Amino acid sequence: MKKVKYLLLRRITQIGLLVLYFGANAYGWNILKGTFGSSLLFGVIPLADPYTTLQVLATGFVIGSDVLLGAAIITLFYFVVGGRAFCSWVCPINMVTDLANWLRRVLKLDKEEVNYRFLKRNARYWLMVLGLIVSAIVGTAAFEVFSPITIMQRGIIFGFGAGISVVIAIFLFDLFGVKNGWCGHLCPLGAAYSLIGQKSLIRVKHDHDACTACMECKVVCPENQVLWMINKESVSVTDGECTNCGRCIDVCGDNALGFSIRAMAQKKKGE
Amino acid sequence: MATTLQSVGLTALVGVLWSGYSAEAKAAKLVLRPPGALPEEDFLKACIKCGLCAEACVNRESNIDKETGKQRPGTLKMAKGGDHKLVGTPFFTPRDVPCYMCDDIPCVPVCPSGALDEASVTNDKGELDINMAQMGLAVVHKESCIAYWGLQCDACYRACPLLDEAISLEYQKNDRTGKHAFLLPEVHSDVCTGCGLCEKACVTEKPAIFILPREYSTGRAGDHYVKGWDVKDQQRVGERKMDEIETQDKRSSEAPVDYLNKEIEY
Repeated sequence: MKKVKYLLLRRITQIGLLVLYFGANAYGWNILKGTFGSSLLFGVIPLADPYTTLQVLATGFVIGSDVLLGAAIITLFYFVVGGRAFCSWVCPINMVTDLANWLRRVLKLDKEEVNYRFLKRNARYWLMVLGLIVSAIVGTAAFEVFSPITIMQRGIIFGFGAGISVVIAIFLFDLFGVKNGWCGHLCPLGAAYSLIGQKSLIRVKHDHDACTACMECKVVCPENQVLWMINKESVSVTDGECTNCGRCIDVCGDNALGFSIRAMAQKKKGE
Repeated sequence: MATTLQSVGLTALVGVLWSGYSAEAKAAKLVLRPPGALPEEDFLKACIKCGLCAEACVNRESNIDKETGKQRPGTLKMAKGGDHKLVGTPFFTPRDVPCYMCDDIPCVPVCPSGALDEASVTNDKGELDINMAQMGLAVVHKESCIAYWGLQCDACYRACPLLDEAISLEYQKNDRTGKHAFLLPEVHSDVCTGCGLCEKACVTEKPAIFILPREYSTGRAGDHYVKGWDVKDQQRVGERKMDEIETQDKRSSEAPVDYLNKEIEY
């Protein structure tokens, strides 16, 4: 059971949120309405996607205060609590790319990995800035034109249409193209959350003394560059690109990894 | 250095493709938006694609009609792949499901971004007023409208929520028979909201009355022409002096007789 604890919790959160959104449209539930772009929690509290909000502002449109407030709430939430938790605990595309990633391991595609030299993990930050520039040039939120995240979410709530092809494309790209290609290299929303959550409180902590260097964690980690400390020293994963998905904790057989609060982790280190 | 150059170059490449695709993706113009929507260009900037308007629409599939126990047909749809409209933006198709013009306009106040402008559908008394909406404008195609053939049909006239205001019936003598009247539907663009109930009601195979976005169903006389007998129209152009008005254009460089006698080039 321990092997899938966080995985299960994440799937429950992801699917649970989608159910709430779906129910809001289908049955008129008043818990979580709208989509990730902008939502209404309990009919009162506005929530909004900070990166989408920035794109709208980039077009030169002075967006409504509800969206600004909503974006501030979400930004604050992930700034304090979640880091890039949106990516692994909320985003529905995560289920697609996790499936692709798992199939890569099952089909042993990783062994034959082609070295995509031109596609680096920092490409997403370029795309994030580019998305704002394109929004300003074209006059519409540019990432939203093809964003698989909101297309998949709206698909589940309102019906997919041909939008499913974007989701399939991401799946095929991650499975047969680049490992962790979308979430780990390209997604500008993930890049935005990497920056927002850089100093977040909840962090994975590594205990070097307990580690047996089996490297299971590095195999499952979708951003395994953040686990540089494995078998090296006892520190927390402080890189903003860590999605706090907890898969490393799940697969660790030595209890060498676990969630911790950043400040406490630092204090212990100081002792 | 070389890597930075490569990153810049690849980003520029993606930027070109991304801009081109986005510009094409938002190019669909013949789209009918919810009431209170900003002009299309601004609407596409502002809409955050959250779907709150579609969820608020009383006339949606999920809102079961308590009297009949059946699903209502949904007015507002969220554009999805294959709809050939900017994905995620709300729209409606009157021939399928028109806008039923709710008094309280539930779709507008919920808009968090301001893409649906509450002020544009709020009257002087500060009340929401759906009759102020300008979602589109009904246009009659005379050749396929059977009322223009001389048959008696007033389906659109009867269906109009602003009966006798947005659509009136104009009486005309039918010279072909000599003893009948034409009852011709005439749309008044200052009143018509573009709800599309007329298009939905039209009896012809393909509707002879249909809604187009106002940008495509209206003209503009411009400042050169003024209804001298109408004080309001005088205000439209203001108190401009003769010499302030630019009358030179491509045609006026030549004398009228010359350009009329010449072969048409433009």
